[in-house]
Amino acid sequence: MRQEYTLRAKMRSGIDGAATGLAILSTVLVVAPLVAIFVYLVYKGASSINLDFFIKVPKPVGESGGGMANAILGSGILLGIGSVIGVPMGIAGGVYLAEFGRGTKLANAIRFTADVLNGVPSIVMGIAAYSLVVIPMHHFSAFSGGVALGIMMIPTVCRTTEEMLLMVPNAVREAALALGVPNWLSVLAITVRTASPGIITGCMLAFARVAGETAPLIFTAFGNAFWSTNLNREIAALPLQIYVYAISPYDEWHRLAWAGALVLIVLIVLAVSLVRYVTSRGVLKGAS
Amino acid sequence: MTRIRFQQSLEDLKEQLLVMAGLAEQSIQRAIEAYRVRDLSICDLVTRSENAINRLEREIDQAALDLLAMEQPMAGDLRFILAVIKINADLERVGDSAKAISDRVRHMEQLGAVELPVDIPKMATLAAAMVRKSLQSFIEADPEMARSVLAMDDAVDTMNKAAYKALTKVMEEQSHLAAQALNALMISRALERVADHATNISEDVIFWVQGADVRHYKSVTGGRDPNAKG
Amino acid sequence: MGVGIEVTNLNAWYGTNHTLQDINLHIPANQATALIGPSGCGKSTFVRCLNRMHETNPIARVTGSVRIGDIDIYADAKPVEIRRRVGMVFQRPNPFPTMSIYDNVAAGLKLNGYRNRHALDEIVERSLKNSALWDEVKDDLKKVSGASLSGGQQQRLCIARALAVDPEVLLMDEPASALDPVSTSKIEDLIFQLKSQYTIVIVTHNMQQAARVAEKTGFFLNGRMVEFDSTHKIFTNPTDKRTEDYITGRFG
Repeated sequence: MRQEYTLRAKMRSGIDGAATGLAILSTVLVVAPLVAIFVYLVYKGASSINLDFFIKVPKPVGESGGGMANAILGSGILLGIGSVIGVPMGIAGGVYLAEFGRGTKLANAIRFTADVLNGVPSIVMGIAAYSLVVIPMHHFSAFSGGVALGIMMIPTVCRTTEEMLLMVPNAVREAALALGVPNWLSVLAITVRTASPGIITGCMLAFARVAGETAPLIFTAFGNAFWSTNLNREIAALPLQIYVYAISPYDEWHRLAWAGALVLIVLIVLAVSLVRYVTSRGVLKGAS
Repeated sequence: MTRIRFQQSLEDLKEQLLVMAGLAEQSIQRAIEAYRVRDLSICDLVTRSENAINRLEREIDQAALDLLAMEQPMAGDLRFILAVIKINADLERVGDSAKAISDRVRHMEQLGAVELPVDIPKMATLAAAMVRKSLQSFIEADPEMARSVLAMDDAVDTMNKAAYKALTKVMEEQSHLAAQALNALMISRALERVADHATNISEDVIFWVQGADVRHYKSVTGGRDPNAKG
Repeated sequence: MGVGIEVTNLNAWYGTNHTLQDINLHIPANQATALIGPSGCGKSTFVRCLNRMHETNPIARVTGSVRIGDIDIYADAKPVEIRRRVGMVFQRPNPFPTMSIYDNVAAGLKLNGYRNRHALDEIVERSLKNSALWDEVKDDLKKVSGASLSGGQQQRLCIARALAVDPEVLLMDEPASALDPVSTSKIEDLIFQLKSQYTIVIVTHNMQQAARVAEKTGFFLNGRMVEFDSTHKIFTNPTDKRTEDYITGRFG
């Protein structure tokens, strides 16, 4: 009897070890390509990164040197407009879905629409923004690019906000209501505040996703070889610039494209980390 | 039905008390018999059961204490356990009274038989009947039967007072009978106390079953039982 | 000071479930009243009708009247107003997790527009003292989140939070059921002290607790109130057999 038990125990720890090994292997297999890409980017692009890259605009074809300063700024502006459009609307939608419209037909319709929107190809988003903004304005603009990106951010922000709010225990809501706090204030000041780390994560996810989008910008922001801060005019964007340079026949531009890709990823990581750091400063010791 | 073990413990406690009651009743019956036939061997029996009674008293109190501590009894259960503790004490005193009577009988036997103007047997019968009835009211949880015992106490008190008067007269006028008279007086006293204990037991039964405290009602309410139903 | 509560013909439903049936009782001011009964008997529902929390559930319905002091809380007032006069402490401590101890206690006031810093400091200190928590937290008021305290401390924090808005009635729904015996004793001692200033209604499934803290006790069964009397009477000689069966553990 005892021997049978020992044998079973040995088998079990054997299976345990195998399963752990399999899990580690799977993780490695998934992470490896990401690491490989990053390493390759560094290899291909690091050499082309210099100060010029960050402060100079592209030189005309044939000339060497120059940078992507305008594209970096342009991406910043586009993402800024996109966030201003996408984050408030997304959070408001999420708050409605979780706190005020739970179970209603309207809420179900909204949720369904958001999920569909999430799956729409980004080029179609670009065409939509083109029809909605570019055509009435009769020209491309940074504004229309921002609109395209903003619309793309909404579903992610909305659904994540809803999920995070649903995770706030009902006990917290009841505690606020029992103090005589009106429902709307309880939602804003207590529930949303409790869920804010998760909501911010949702916004960061959306941000990181649209930061690398190229297709929606093709018919909206259009790209610009020069330095521009005019929201009413075309504007450069890092992914757009990378795309244009990468499919060009010029080595110089290829070089810049690699550098651009590396810089894009690094900037996204930096932006997210910065937000994480800033928001974690305000959190108290021991808060959940 | 929940708390099966507790129910069982309550039943066990009741059983223990009934054993105690049996011993106490037996002692008092024997003491009265010893008086009637002046048989010293019966006195010995009474003396011997004293130990058993005292031991049982301690066991019952311990069991009751455990139930109070461990089971947090409420309402009827709480009143029951409280009643058991008090009846337990009264039964032990009944045992003590029985022993006192049998000791007096021994002494009287040494002094020799005489005629005395008291009817000890009649008092004894009444007192024993009260004990029997009060215990019966406990077994059957019958408060009306218990109340009827309370009414019998007056008769015993009256007889005791009469015995006191008659025997003190004997001690004054026929001093050569003083020792015998004194013994008789003490037996009368003991019987009166047995009747009181029976009364206490009845009051405890009423408390247990009805939650009504009817003790000392004569002095507190001027004679009317404030809790009598109907 | 506390006020009395007069409940007349109270009926409550969750959807089609008739949770409370024809409840009539008077809860005396400045006393603790305990409500006991088996799970699902409606005692929690009843208490939630007293501060109109019952209606936060969309399928909930109430008929009848509840007068707290001189106000019919259903006919004469809005839920938000009532909840400022009737505080509630829940079964599981629920401090606001992202707020400090200070902010937790002050939450009821701050969220209702109270801004006076100095006055808030005083109220927070007084409330924490009244809930016997001040000495344990006075050095960490603003540095530590409410959720980092122990269970017993969290519950006392919730009591302080409820007291800070100066209610007249304090409802406690099994406040000590999630706590260890020491914390429970502290809370019970607290209830004793609070009685002089507030009217307290405490739901408990722990009968010894009801016996320890409350002057009056009500026994609920299947949505009805079976017996309501002095705690002494209920626990030594109840009138209704169902009450006796419940408290001696003969059923459920």
